[in-house]
Amino acid sequence: MIKRVIFKGQLLPLLLLAPQLAVTAVFFLWPAGQAIYQSLLQEDPFGLRREFVGTENFDAVLNDPLWLNALGNTAVFSVSVAALALGVALLLAVQADKAIRGANLYKTMLIWPYAVAPAVAAVLWLFLFHPSIGLIGRALNAAGVAWDYKLNGGQAMLLVIVASAWKQVSYNFIFFLAGLQSIPRSVLEAAAIDGARPFRRFWTVVFPLLSPTSFFLLVVNLVYAFFDTFGVIHALTGGGPGNATETLIYKVYVDGVQNLNLGASAAQSVILMVLVVGLTMVQFRFVERRVHY
Amino acid sequence: MDAATTRRRRLRGAAWAHAVLAIGVLIFFLPIWITLVGSTHDTATIGRGDVPLLPGGEAIANYTAAWNAGGGRYRSAPAGLMLGNSLLMAVLIAGGKIAISLISAYAVVFFRFPGRMLAFWTIFLTLMLPVEVRIIPTFQVMVDLSLVNTMAGLTIPLIASATATLLFRQFFLTIPDEYVEAAKIDGAGPLRFFRDVVLPLSVTNIAALFVILFIYGWNQYLWPLLIVNDRGLETIVVGLAKMIGSGDTQNEWNVIMATAVLALVPPVFVVVAMQRWFVKGLTETEK
Repeated sequence: MIKRVIFKGQLLPLLLLAPQLAVTAVFFLWPAGQAIYQSLLQEDPFGLRREFVGTENFDAVLNDPLWLNALGNTAVFSVSVAALALGVALLLAVQADKAIRGANLYKTMLIWPYAVAPAVAAVLWLFLFHPSIGLIGRALNAAGVAWDYKLNGGQAMLLVIVASAWKQVSYNFIFFLAGLQSIPRSVLEAAAIDGARPFRRFWTVVFPLLSPTSFFLLVVNLVYAFFDTFGVIHALTGGGPGNATETLIYKVYVDGVQNLNLGASAAQSVILMVLVVGLTMVQFRFVERRVHY
Repeated sequence: MDAATTRRRRLRGAAWAHAVLAIGVLIFFLPIWITLVGSTHDTATIGRGDVPLLPGGEAIANYTAAWNAGGGRYRSAPAGLMLGNSLLMAVLIAGGKIAISLISAYAVVFFRFPGRMLAFWTIFLTLMLPVEVRIIPTFQVMVDLSLVNTMAGLTIPLIASATATLLFRQFFLTIPDEYVEAAKIDGAGPLRFFRDVVLPLSVTNIAALFVILFIYGWNQYLWPLLIVNDRGLETIVVGLAKMIGSGDTQNEWNVIMATAVLALVPPVFVVVAMQRWFVKGLTETEK
């Protein structure tokens, strides 16, 4: 869809676009190009010598047990965050949709965690799960569970998953509730008249109608778990204990910023870029379909 | 099935719904409650591990300490200063994104010029290049431009926005051609049309977007962590995380908790106070 009536002029529109294009070129395109270029080079830490090494950095990254560990962690973490955040949000949205009285009040009380920064969410959950000052952490230890997320990798992973999912439930809740409220009442009444019980009604009528929303949210949640949870991990566990909560993004940061291994960091960046392009394309292909729903 | 049974069943359903929702709301509030209560006790109470469930009497002392002096093992910057930095950063990012997206979308929709689609797709590309995937080279650019440790460096690289440009483009396309024709007949040029017609029509969209982008700006973490090591520019979210350190038991937890409360009140207030715009902004930017 394009406009039929437009203004004349060549210079003005270019001037209007200039700020955005300048920022994009200097801070996005140039660094991205640099990342690709550096991923093909081997450089000593002082930047004195560099040589072209082709795909050597990529081979090194893909065969690095720590990178594969981070890949596995990312998979477990992302899938768990998405599943937990989507499951809880759907449950709450279905209940809020039923309780028509007060639905808006519940909405207000459930959406605010969206505004809490991931790192702050991490800190809030630390206050609950700290082994010696946290309410739940202490209770677990008193009950005989050896709870210390700073020593136990599995527990650390569990904690970063819970803190990350907590924040994302609000977002999913808003979309699920909107999706539920847009289902025509007549469809539900028809199903009820046909004798379908509530549970069956949900799985055979409501859930299929919600599936476009659910799929869209799944992609958004995976993107969130991938990229926006750096703060949770950095504030809570720092990737540890050991490397138990080190995700792909966290490893790029550690290798590039702390270890100054530029070639390896750049190669990891390029691999992540490919991943983002893929996810973005899935997201946009899907958005087309969502509009028709 | 008689009317009484239906009624009873519906009531039972509603009771269930309210029970599940109430538990959900409680779980959502639990971490906040613990933090709020903790921020009103003294260091020793929390350090001993007697997790208090009801507020104590040290609120004023703790919040004053956090606001004026900061705290924690790693002596943070004062929370008052960090809040100011976060506020400025969030407003500059949100305002900057909206301003440059408005004019870019205006150029793409209301003009025909060579390179129009190229410009549009270039902006679109930024979606696929989050900071996380280009950390080191972007940092090098910042060093070359001497933008490290500056408010400009904290904000300018973040103000390109594909989503905001897409949203405004979408909205501008719905402005009827007759408006442009009428403006032309009246002798109004493109800048006049932008100021007198397009901007007033966009107010709702701008408000909705501002809420989302303000929170986006406030919650930045990796970017400030990378390019700020000057305490005078510390933002509250990063400052708070630094106060935690490695999570030792012996720490000024009460002051840290007070800082956590200060860090989350402004964005939460914006979302709750502007809930209608927030929901609109959220659902439209993701379309």
